[in-house]
Amino acid sequence: MKYIIQLLIIIIFAFIGEVLHHFIPVPVPASIYGIILLFGVLEMKWIKVKDIREVSMFLIAVMPVMFIPSAVGLIDSWEAIKGSIFQYLAITIISTVVVMSVAGLVTQYVIRRGKEAAE
Amino acid sequence: MKDLLQNSVFLGVLLSIGAYAIGMLLKRKTGWSILNPLLVSIVLIIAFLLVTGLPYQTYSEGADIISYMLTPATICLAVPLYQQVELLKKNYKAVLAGILSGVISSMITILILALLFGFDHASYVTFLPKSITTAIGMGVSQELGGYVSVTVVVIVLTGVIGNVIADRVLEFLHIEEPIAKGVAIGSASHAIGTARAMEMGQVEGAMSGLSIVVSGIMTVLGATVFSWFL
Repeated sequence: MKYIIQLLIIIIFAFIGEVLHHFIPVPVPASIYGIILLFGVLEMKWIKVKDIREVSMFLIAVMPVMFIPSAVGLIDSWEAIKGSIFQYLAITIISTVVVMSVAGLVTQYVIRRGKEAAE
Repeated sequence: MKDLLQNSVFLGVLLSIGAYAIGMLLKRKTGWSILNPLLVSIVLIIAFLLVTGLPYQTYSEGADIISYMLTPATICLAVPLYQQVELLKKNYKAVLAGILSGVISSMITILILALLFGFDHASYVTFLPKSITTAIGMGVSQELGGYVSVTVVVIVLTGVIGNVIADRVLEFLHIEEPIAKGVAIGSASHAIGTARAMEMGQVEGAMSGLSIVVSGIMTVLGATVFSWFL
């Protein structure tokens, strides 16, 4: 019973997300609407974490497996990308280093500036 | 036998879960971060399909059952986000500034490199969501007309790279604040990087987890704008 209700709550948000995605003409995936709405009702205390804890923990735990089928689809798109594989690797590595550096430095700068201001 | 395999619904599910389990075992035995279970399972299944000659469609018809649960699973990320919201409220300026600058620098870097390499629109938008969690990144790539399967692989690769280089990059740049470390890792390399942040400490882990959701949402908006530039 408990698990059915938890699953029901989560699927309701998935469905609402899908409906919003259908009617709002911007490329926002259904899951984003769902996250924002579920976060909103948790903040409003309309739903408590314990009402969805077990099923949501399970779904988050097995989530990595859900990415596999799309990634294996690489077989089908291989022809389209094999010519530029080195550019693809370069772009992946370089941008990862850049993002990590910029995000870290900016966050640290703002934190330390705030600390100095407080002193 | 071939008929049985081609008509099997659960073969795709079995391969997916089985390969991931093997990946987890390998990771546990060796402790090497390059042996990321997701990366290992993708390689194993592609190898399996190539060796047996089983068509991708046969695999995906079964395996897609798993993919359908991705939207509800992603929505559940609201739970950890809610649990970390106090930490965010206390440091929201630094955290938001850090994540936003990370998201923008990601897109600018990708735009510059895509121009340099002469990418077409589809290849370019394939990379725009590369630093965010797969669930959202897949949706963004699909909406913008990218190669979704390539996006998934690039996202996984980004996570593994972030996981492996995090310590060196942070040390080199003297990033010492735990909150800044978490934001850096989560913004750059989503859940796979967050695994490393969790090992560094609770604050690093929580901030990294938070950055996944926030950078994911910012990227949905940012990628839409940046998709007009090429």
